[in-house]
Amino acid sequence: MDQAVWRTVSHTVLVILSILCILPFILLFTSSIAEETTIIRDGYTFFPKDISFDAYDYLIQNSKMIVRSYGVTIFVTVVGTTLSLLLMSMLAYPLSRRDLPLGKVFAFFVFFTVLFNGGLVPTYLMYTQLFGIKNTIFALIIPNLLMNGFYVFIMRTFFATTIPIDIVESASLDGAGEFRVFTSIIMPLSLPILATMGLFQTVNYWNDWFNGLIYLTDPKLFSLQNVLNQIITNVEFLAQDTNSRRTFAQLPTLTIRMAIAFIGIVPVLAAYPFFQRYLVRGIVIGAVK
Amino acid sequence: MSANDLAANASGFKQQKKSRSEHLRFRLKKYWPLYVLMMPGLTYLLINNYIPMFGLFIAFKNVNYAVGIFKSDWVGFKNFEFLFGTKTAYEITRNTLLYNGAFIVLNTVIPVALAIFLNEVRKNLLVRIFQSALLLPHLISMVIVSYLVYAFLNMQNGFMNKTLLPLLGLDPVMWYNEPEYWPWILILVNTWKSMGFFTVVFYAAIIGIDKEYYEAAKLDGASMWNQIRHITIPLLVPTITVMVLFGIGRIFYSDFGLFYQVPLNSGALTSTTNVIDTYVYRALFQLGDIGMSAAAGVYQSIVGFVLVIVSNWIVRRYNRDNALF
Repeated sequence: MDQAVWRTVSHTVLVILSILCILPFILLFTSSIAEETTIIRDGYTFFPKDISFDAYDYLIQNSKMIVRSYGVTIFVTVVGTTLSLLLMSMLAYPLSRRDLPLGKVFAFFVFFTVLFNGGLVPTYLMYTQLFGIKNTIFALIIPNLLMNGFYVFIMRTFFATTIPIDIVESASLDGAGEFRVFTSIIMPLSLPILATMGLFQTVNYWNDWFNGLIYLTDPKLFSLQNVLNQIITNVEFLAQDTNSRRTFAQLPTLTIRMAIAFIGIVPVLAAYPFFQRYLVRGIVIGAVK
Repeated sequence: MSANDLAANASGFKQQKKSRSEHLRFRLKKYWPLYVLMMPGLTYLLINNYIPMFGLFIAFKNVNYAVGIFKSDWVGFKNFEFLFGTKTAYEITRNTLLYNGAFIVLNTVIPVALAIFLNEVRKNLLVRIFQSALLLPHLISMVIVSYLVYAFLNMQNGFMNKTLLPLLGLDPVMWYNEPEYWPWILILVNTWKSMGFFTVVFYAAIIGIDKEYYEAAKLDGASMWNQIRHITIPLLVPTITVMVLFGIGRIFYSDFGLFYQVPLNSGALTSTTNVIDTYVYRALFQLGDIGMSAAAGVYQSIVGFVLVIVSNWIVRRYNRDNALF
């Protein structure tokens, strides 16, 4: 009896909250496929009276900016994630070796970056004045995103706990150098953690807009998030790059806004079922120190 | 000290020196590839994280681009005097602390409850569906969140003003102009976005609890509520401590996107949406006031650092295992 009541309450609460989590996405979608006049009359709505794909039509026909920004995002995500996995595993593996001389000192060097940072002003001035990163593609890849001390520690824990030191030792007795051990033993054995961290970094790069906001003024380099960031307050931004014969006033700007945001999340939504499990696993790994 | 070292010690200085250098050579020969592997990562951290730490001195300068940052005049604590002389310093500190306080409480209470509820769900498929739905908001960027919020709050065409408020017989609200609503909106948005993440964390901790405790409690006739109160919650305390500690350590920092993107950078809303991070950003990029911006950044870094150390120290004294470091 007691248990049945609990179970009913649990299911009810979870169903309601799950729906609340999804509803905004549905509103975004239904608003994007509504007739512009419907939105003007009824506002953004879950049940548009007239359906129209005008907004998507426009975006597809005048997709230069969207295609390019998609390209930038994909490039930055692939390059950034690959580089980041490489750098982080190359740092985390030696740190996981208990026999490494000065290992503790290096571990602290990494850990301190989690505790303390210089903040926006010095970082910005260094990257712009010293490295001239402004309006280059590096601005979207390098500052702050490439490495995360916290992730390095998660990887170190993985290496330390799952890779038997015997394997490493017997390999070196067989004459394999440390590089060989790293590339042909450690890397293949650590696919689970590489997949998890790769997923995290892919999401981080895909979603990042901050680097673009502070380091880019040239719209040609804008990632998808940067384009979206411009358009929400300034739809005209989209028209800069248009080859449409329609004047700006004729554009279905209300629905275009929702359509472009939806286009921005389609890849995430489409891939979600495949990586949901890894995401959960990753969060669990991250939470266990 | 190993037997080797002792032997070296015994047989005189010269020999000791030789054996040590041999030892060092052996170690270098064995370990240099590992150091080479670490080089790129360490170099990145040196550049991305450590050089800016030394840049904190900018807050004590009157930066003049014409002569360069290093040659600009030192002004002591002038920038800080200006910063704390304004009402803004109080406002951004208050907002940052209050919002983060609310987030810490809500991101603990609601997810713990949800995790307990999720543990009552027996079908694996359902667990996965609930997890997926709750985690979906965690996956999208704050820019997308700002669009979702905009669809609800847009003043002419938003769902609130066009559908929900008329349905309840209420007048439309100029959401993006009226600051008094924003504490609730931002707290709601933050909870919506992050509850799935914390639910998964606590759920994993609950799954890890030994089932035998519950079996024994059931045999003794303990009600569900009592099982939760006396088994689940106490065993969740370590996880909750770590999460709250993280929150307190970060209490001087905020999610810039939440406070900048979601209110669409609306100037009318700053009294309730301005936090230290947005202030630093606006002072640097919109006002071009490097001194004030850097001063606020140093204020944030130092106080934030002290808070992590102090909160960790308190937990360490109370229970060593629950401390972060």
